[in-house]
Amino acid sequence: MAKHIIIDPVTRIEGHSKITIFLNDQGKVENAQFHVTQFRGFEKFVEGRPFQEMPSLTARTCGICPVSHLMAASKACDDIMAVRIPATAAKLRRVLNLAQMVQSHALSFFHLSSPDFLLGMDSDPVARNILGVAAKFPELAQDGIWLRKFGQQVIERMTGKRVHPAWVVPGGVSKPLSAEVRDQILADVPKALTIARRTLEWFKPAIKKFEEEISTFANFPSLFLGLVTPDGSLEHYDGFMRIVDSNRKIIADKLESSAYAHHIGEAVEPFSYLKSPFFKPLGYPGGMYRVGPLARLNVCDRCGTPLADRELAEFRKLQEGAVLSSFHYHYARLIEIVYGIERLSELLGSSDILSTQVRAVANPNKSEGVGVSEAPRGTLIHHYRIDPDGLVTWANLIIATGHNNLAMNRGITQAAKHFVTGKKIAEGALNRVEAVIRCYDPCLSCSTHALGQMPLQVQLRDVEGTVLDEQLRE
Amino acid sequence: MKQTTGRTLGIKIGGVEAQAREGDTILDVARALGLFIPTLCTFKGLSAAGACRLCMVEVRGVPRLLPACATAVADGMDVTIDSPKVVAYRRQVIELLLAERNHICAACVANGNCELQEMALKLGVTHTRYPYRYPVFKVDASHARYGFDANRCILCTRCVRVCEEVEGARTWNVMGRGIRSTVATDLQEPWGRSTTCTACSKCIHVCPTGALFEKGRAVGEMQKRENVLPYLSSMRSSGR
Repeated sequence: MAKHIIIDPVTRIEGHSKITIFLNDQGKVENAQFHVTQFRGFEKFVEGRPFQEMPSLTARTCGICPVSHLMAASKACDDIMAVRIPATAAKLRRVLNLAQMVQSHALSFFHLSSPDFLLGMDSDPVARNILGVAAKFPELAQDGIWLRKFGQQVIERMTGKRVHPAWVVPGGVSKPLSAEVRDQILADVPKALTIARRTLEWFKPAIKKFEEEISTFANFPSLFLGLVTPDGSLEHYDGFMRIVDSNRKIIADKLESSAYAHHIGEAVEPFSYLKSPFFKPLGYPGGMYRVGPLARLNVCDRCGTPLADRELAEFRKLQEGAVLSSFHYHYARLIEIVYGIERLSELLGSSDILSTQVRAVANPNKSEGVGVSEAPRGTLIHHYRIDPDGLVTWANLIIATGHNNLAMNRGITQAAKHFVTGKKIAEGALNRVEAVIRCYDPCLSCSTHALGQMPLQVQLRDVEGTVLDEQLRE
Repeated sequence: MKQTTGRTLGIKIGGVEAQAREGDTILDVARALGLFIPTLCTFKGLSAAGACRLCMVEVRGVPRLLPACATAVADGMDVTIDSPKVVAYRRQVIELLLAERNHICAACVANGNCELQEMALKLGVTHTRYPYRYPVFKVDASHARYGFDANRCILCTRCVRVCEEVEGARTWNVMGRGIRSTVATDLQEPWGRSTTCTACSKCIHVCPTGALFEKGRAVGEMQKRENVLPYLSSMRSSGR
C-alpha cells in the first residue's frame, strides 16, 4: 500500500511551507511535493494605488530583502515615467542592491545553513542552529554576524534605515551620497573582504565531506536564468536576461525585461500557493529552470572583479558545463559575497558618486512598465499597468523563489528517494530533505507575497492519505 | 471669523487663574497661557469647525464635554483640560480615526510629516481597540498636479474652509452623512474636471494627513508648508 510522509513545517527558511513525501506499495519514495501554504495577494491590493507608492508597498512583501523589491519596483516606475535615471542614481542603487545581497547571503549561509556544515546533518536538532555554531565555532559565527552587519550598515548609512528604507524612489534616489558615508563604508571593505575570503577558504575543502549530499541535492540537468551585462558579465541591477542549458550553452540571450512574458509562463498547481514559472519554448514542466547565485554563476561569462573571477575559475572546475548540484548554491553565494564587496567598493570609488544629480522627475509617460533586477535569491520581475491618472490597474510580480519552484520539487524528490526509507522519518533524513530547500534559500513570504514565519512540517502518508508519521519544526 | 470685544473676563483653566477677552475661545486662552490642548481640525487663520473632537474639555457645572476650539469663555468659568476622562476620550478619538479609514503610514506620502501620526504618538496611542473597517475608497488622481486619497481623510474640513475662506473658490465641500461622509470637489466631479479649482495648493498644505498630496511625491516626501497660510489670511483680512 502506498504511503505519504509529510514534513511540516520546513525550518530555517523564510516563510511557511510543508513537504509531502509519497511512498509506493513497496514503501519506496515515489514522489515529493513542496507546498507553500501562505497567501497574501499583493498583486490584488495594490490595484487603485498611485504608481509612485509601488516601491514602498511592494517592499513590504519581505523584511529580509525589501531593497530587492525597491529596485525592481523603482525600475518598473522609471519605465512608466519613460526616464533614464541619472548615472549616479543608478550607481547608488547598484551599491544598495549589492549590500542587500551581501547581508542576505550572509544570513543564508551563516545563520541558516552553516549549522548543517559545521555541526553535521545528523547532529542534535536542538543545537543545530546559529547558537550551536556560536558555542562550538565562535569565530565563524562572529564572522557571519559581522558580514551581515556590514551589508545592513551600508543600507542604513545610505538610506537612514536598515529595513524598508524609502530612499529608492521612481526616477532615482531621494538624496545624494555624502562623502562621510562613502568613507565609512569604504573603511569597512577590507575587513568584509577578509572575512568573505576566509570563509571561502574554509568552505571549499569542507564540501568534500558532503559528496553524498552534493550528488543528491537537486543534482540534475536544468536550464538556468539570470541577468548579464551586455558583454556577458555577472549583473544584479540591470542588463539582459540570459538562459543557458546544463552544458552552459546559451539558448536565449539578450532578452529584454519588457518581453519577459514572451519567454516565461506561470503554471498553477493545486498543492501550493506558489506558482511554477517555466521557460515557454520548452513547455510545462519541461521548461524548468533555476535562478539565484548558482544560476547567475552558470549564465555569466565572467564576474568582472579580480578576486571573484579567480574564485569563479575554480568554481567552474567542479564540473564540465553548468554546475548542476543545488548544494553548490552555498558555494556560489560565497563567491557572490566576494563579488558584491569588490564591486560596491569599486562603485563607491567612482568620481561622480557624490554628484547631487540623483533623480529624474516626470509624470507617467507610458501605461505600463517592467522592472527586472537580481534579488539575492534570483531574478525578480515587477510589471505594472496604470490608468491615465497614474493609478495601478494591474500588477504581476514574479519572485526569485517562484522561478525555483519546479526545481525545488524535483530536488526534494531526488533527496527523499535517496535518504528516506521505511515508514518512519529518520531525523537526519528529514534534515537533508529540508536542506535541499535551504540550498535555494527560498523566501516564501516574498514568493507568495504571503504572511507568516517559515517553519517546516513533514508528513509521511499512505495512498489513502493516512498520516503514518509527522515531524514538526517551529 | 471670531470677534472679540474689549471686555475682560476672569477664568480658571488647567488650575491657572487667568484673564481673557470676551469672545475668546477656551483654546485661545489655553494657547496664550502655553497650555496644551490637542487639536487636528483647528488651523490658524481659519474659522473653528469643532470637527475632530480632540479638544474636548470639562467645564465645571456643565454635564457634557465641550470643544475648546468652539466654546467661548464666560466670566468665572472653571475649565479642566487634562482630567483622566478627557485624556481617555481623546485617545479614543484617535483610535476611532485610525480604525475608520485605511491609514497605512508605511506607504503614505506624509509618513513622518503627518499630524494624525504625530498626535497618536503624543497621546500614547499604540494600538486601536476597535476593529479596522477597511472601507473602499478610490483615489482621485484626475488633477494634473494633486491627488486626493479619501482613505487618509479624517474629515477635519480644513480643505473646505481654506478653499472658501482664503482662496474664495469653494471647490471643496462635505457630502454624505455619518460614516459615508466625505469631502468632494464641486458637485462630486473628478477633481481634474473641476471648473472652480484654481490649483492654488492651499488645501494640500493645510491637510493634516496624506489625504491631499502633490503628485510625484514618494513615501514620506510630502512636506506641508502650513506656515504660509496665516500670512495669506491676514493679507486677505487687511484687504491687501
